[in-house]
Amino acid sequence: MNQAVATGATGAKGEIFGTPIFGPAAAQKGYALNKMCFSFNDAANRADFVKDEAGYCARYGLTAEQTDAILKRDLLRLLAHGGNAYYLAKFAGILGLNMQDIGALQTGMTVEQFKAKLLAARDN
Amino acid sequence: MARIVGGLAASHVPAIGGAMAKGLQKDPYWAPFFDGFAAPNRWLDEVKPDAAVVIYNDHGLNFFLDKMPTFAIGAAPEYRNADEGWGLPVMAPFTGDTSLSWHIIETLVDAEFDPVTCQEMLVDHAFSLPMELFFRDRAHAIPAVPVVVNTVQHPLPTLARCFKLGQAIGRAIESHPEDLKVVVIGTGGLSHQLEGERAGFINKEFDKRCMDAMTGDIDSILRINQRDLVELAGSQGVEVMNWVAMRGALLGDVRELHRNYHLPISNTASGIMLLENRPKLARAA
Repeated sequence: MNQAVATGATGAKGEIFGTPIFGPAAAQKGYALNKMCFSFNDAANRADFVKDEAGYCARYGLTAEQTDAILKRDLLRLLAHGGNAYYLAKFAGILGLNMQDIGALQTGMTVEQFKAKLLAARDN
Repeated sequence: MARIVGGLAASHVPAIGGAMAKGLQKDPYWAPFFDGFAAPNRWLDEVKPDAAVVIYNDHGLNFFLDKMPTFAIGAAPEYRNADEGWGLPVMAPFTGDTSLSWHIIETLVDAEFDPVTCQEMLVDHAFSLPMELFFRDRAHAIPAVPVVVNTVQHPLPTLARCFKLGQAIGRAIESHPEDLKVVVIGTGGLSHQLEGERAGFINKEFDKRCMDAMTGDIDSILRINQRDLVELAGSQGVEVMNWVAMRGALLGDVRELHRNYHLPISNTASGIMLLENRPKLARAA
């Protein structure tokens, strides 16, 4: 029961800028949200979601905050409310967004700026 | 007895599947990645392995957070791919080797590893893409054993634990009574991060360190804790855990035959490696 000995990512050492850790707290907070995103593996579920997004969120028991963030495509808020990147990627798939679109949305860059940032890593 | 002839590693990104479906292998954006498979393909044609053990992470196709195993092993005669939600064509099923699967499971449990065993298991792009890229025409025929490592939900197993798992898998394969040439594949990485304000993070220097460590100072990598691994490799770059487990399985003398490093493919720094594994030479007393 000694929390201080934890050496994993949720352990005592400092946070990493802009890097949510999907650990016990997020896993609990985001369970319904991630379960909804998991359901998007099924094409029929994706179609149901598109027909009535808020109703679909309600069916999975998302909080008002999570539902609002889904409706507004607010990825940072979805992460803050327990969303997991691997599952949220299925939501991004419904929206027809690729990973550079997603990156741009989260970093406040244009897609071109975000792609330039990726390329710049060659020279680092 | 079965023997491990080599280890292979490759990144897995859904966009690779999209590029393959569209035939973009020679496209200037994609060629530096796909060309990296030419050398492993030639080697595999020469060596002709009989089976593959593939260590990867599931991205919410087979496993959800309701039951999230730290380690899981397939024990099925066939592994199906399925719709992952992001528009990739569903691939034909892959072939299992239940005899090798159960031998590995029994040996691991004897060695105090306790994986979840799966007689039905969907395999996602992290398994299917490297299988197709490495084995091409044989991808769906070569008997495979999928091994899943949790990279999704912290606490993740430590790098040291992943390496020991690999060692135990290596000992299991080499005690398998069938006369098989086996390759062990680790997929995922290298550095990348999809989420948060740090999305787009790539760390070329750390990636090189990891690739060098495959035939060098692996211990320095094994000492990195999971928090620091996230910082160094990015949230999804932690998938290098699968490479470390693969490396652990190579119990002989290991030599690097090929590497390819290219960035970015999608948001990811791609690494491809081919490691030869030869029985350790008897040392003088």
